[in-house]
Amino acid sequence: MTWLRHGGIAAFVVRRLLLGVLVLFLVSVLVFAATQALGDPARAILGRNATPESLAVLQKQLNLDQSVLGQYLSWAGGLLQGDLGSSLAAQAPVSQLLGSRLVNSSVLVLCAAVISIPLSIALGSWAALRREKAFDTVTSNLMLVLAALPEFVVALLLVILFATTVLNVLPAISTIAPGERPWDAPAELVLPTATLVIAVAPYVARIMRASMVEVLESDYVEMARLKGLPERTVLIRHALPNAIGPVFQVIAISLAYLAGGVVVIEYVFNYSGIGSSLQDAVVNHDIPVVQALAMLIAAVYVLLNLLADVATILVTPRLRTRL
Amino acid sequence: MSQSVENLTHGVDTPTPPVRSSTLVTRSLRLWRTRIGASFVLLLVAVAVIGPFVAPHTPSEFVAIPNSPPGGDAGLLGSDYLGQDVFSRFLYGGRGILVMAIVSTAIGLVFGVAIGLVAAYARNALDDVLMRAMDVIMAFPQIMLALVAVSLVGAQTWVIIAAIAVTTAPRVARVARGAAQPVVERDFVAATESMGLSRVRILTGELLPNILGPMMVEASLRLTYSIGVIAALAFLGLAPDPNGANWGTMIQQNQIALSTQPWGALAPIIAIALLTMGTGLFGDGIARTAAGIDRERGDE
Repeated sequence: MTWLRHGGIAAFVVRRLLLGVLVLFLVSVLVFAATQALGDPARAILGRNATPESLAVLQKQLNLDQSVLGQYLSWAGGLLQGDLGSSLAAQAPVSQLLGSRLVNSSVLVLCAAVISIPLSIALGSWAALRREKAFDTVTSNLMLVLAALPEFVVALLLVILFATTVLNVLPAISTIAPGERPWDAPAELVLPTATLVIAVAPYVARIMRASMVEVLESDYVEMARLKGLPERTVLIRHALPNAIGPVFQVIAISLAYLAGGVVVIEYVFNYSGIGSSLQDAVVNHDIPVVQALAMLIAAVYVLLNLLADVATILVTPRLRTRL
Repeated sequence: MSQSVENLTHGVDTPTPPVRSSTLVTRSLRLWRTRIGASFVLLLVAVAVIGPFVAPHTPSEFVAIPNSPPGGDAGLLGSDYLGQDVFSRFLYGGRGILVMAIVSTAIGLVFGVAIGLVAAYARNALDDVLMRAMDVIMAFPQIMLALVAVSLVGAQTWVIIAAIAVTTAPRVARVARGAAQPVVERDFVAATESMGLSRVRILTGELLPNILGPMMVEASLRLTYSIGVIAALAFLGLAPDPNGANWGTMIQQNQIALSTQPWGALAPIIAIALLTMGTGLFGDGIARTAAGIDRERGDE
């Protein structure tokens, strides 16, 4: 136990991992309690068409004839073995149903991350350098306004601007046929990716700016300048590594947010990813699919937070030595 | 009682009385961003509240051939995919979203502030337990939890309000705890403790007034997100009344006709955009003003 407390970075990672597992366990209890134990899912699924016979069949299929603890154990045990249950609507295993869609969504989120992270770090840093000047004022206000817009509104404004009413240069929807991959039609990725970038960049850029402003006013940056180092070296070697620490947290939160925000955006563009399956599953009361996706998105969130904490520690010597 | 508290705590460590929320708002209105934000919000609230009384048609009345452009029988903004009047539906469509957003955000704020204050004041295992519980709820994106709730119970008004309130509270609690932590350490809190004031009085009378600034900023931020999530749910076809006049529903129904009759979707899109921009700008104005007041005091 003492190793866990004073064991340096490795112990910190282990500690955070254990905490992550604990959070995921609680999340699974919450998801299970919300979806299985509240009321009768079989009745919710069948709705008014429920007959005693169909109810009994479905209850058997959902393991509702077992005790609540037994139900939880068989569900959570399945999750641990990679068995996500089977969809009620499609009568197929959830993993088979979601496999290719998971790839499609990941491609979308990855594109958005690869573009938005460097872009927002550059925008935030540049605004901090030109503090209170035109570029800073314009980007700060633009970011503020964009951050306030719901992402589906951004998506539709982009559709109106580039795909229908004003200009007609990009596809308004993105249809990926089964067996196709999203990168087969890169033009269809442009608007969904742009929406996600606009949804995330403002937050990261704002934190980057604030963090950079603070670092630029610090003594060591002044010292580096007084030593006569070229401005470029001061910025890249001295200011940036110190300013980027707090940004990791925001990047992690934003990426986790993307995993959820993608639901609505995929629906706007008719993009075949986990978001649209979630929307379908919700409308059809396909509870195993909802459970699997809820656990998946929560796991992504926990993992990203873990990575962000570790990354922050690694780039911040002050925190590293305190461990 | 306040007289005796002031006498007792005088000279201990209470040089800065908390900023009144009304002072904060008045001062923040000197900034242009707050004025613009407030006028956007007022405009859209006026549309949502007065709109239904002045609408030329009922929301479900057939007025012209579906997707007619503006003009003639089709009215100011044309007709929608069922031949209903877009302008009238626009006037009716804000009330539900606004009421649900305000109610759910208010509930989330009350619970969030209460949990945050208790956690900050407790400074013991209760603090850890409360904040870890908040982490668990925050592991779900807001819309995700709302979708799960709606998939189980159906898109009823109370389900959506509860889902937004439950996801708002932990985010508020985190900020409230962060803002209250330095206040708890100050001497005047210890002074009131030694006077034997009840915990409830310390939390509401001493801690709460000192975190009003950050809480007002958080409130406008949370309201912005609540409006976004509720509109997004309606856009996904999950409004309490799936065919009712609701800005989110209108966007979903008329998105397909964007290239021929854009107004059916564009009018509600603009409404939601202005509303969320308004609450966002207003919150930023308050935040800047509060930071400015802190700076002045620091210089004194």
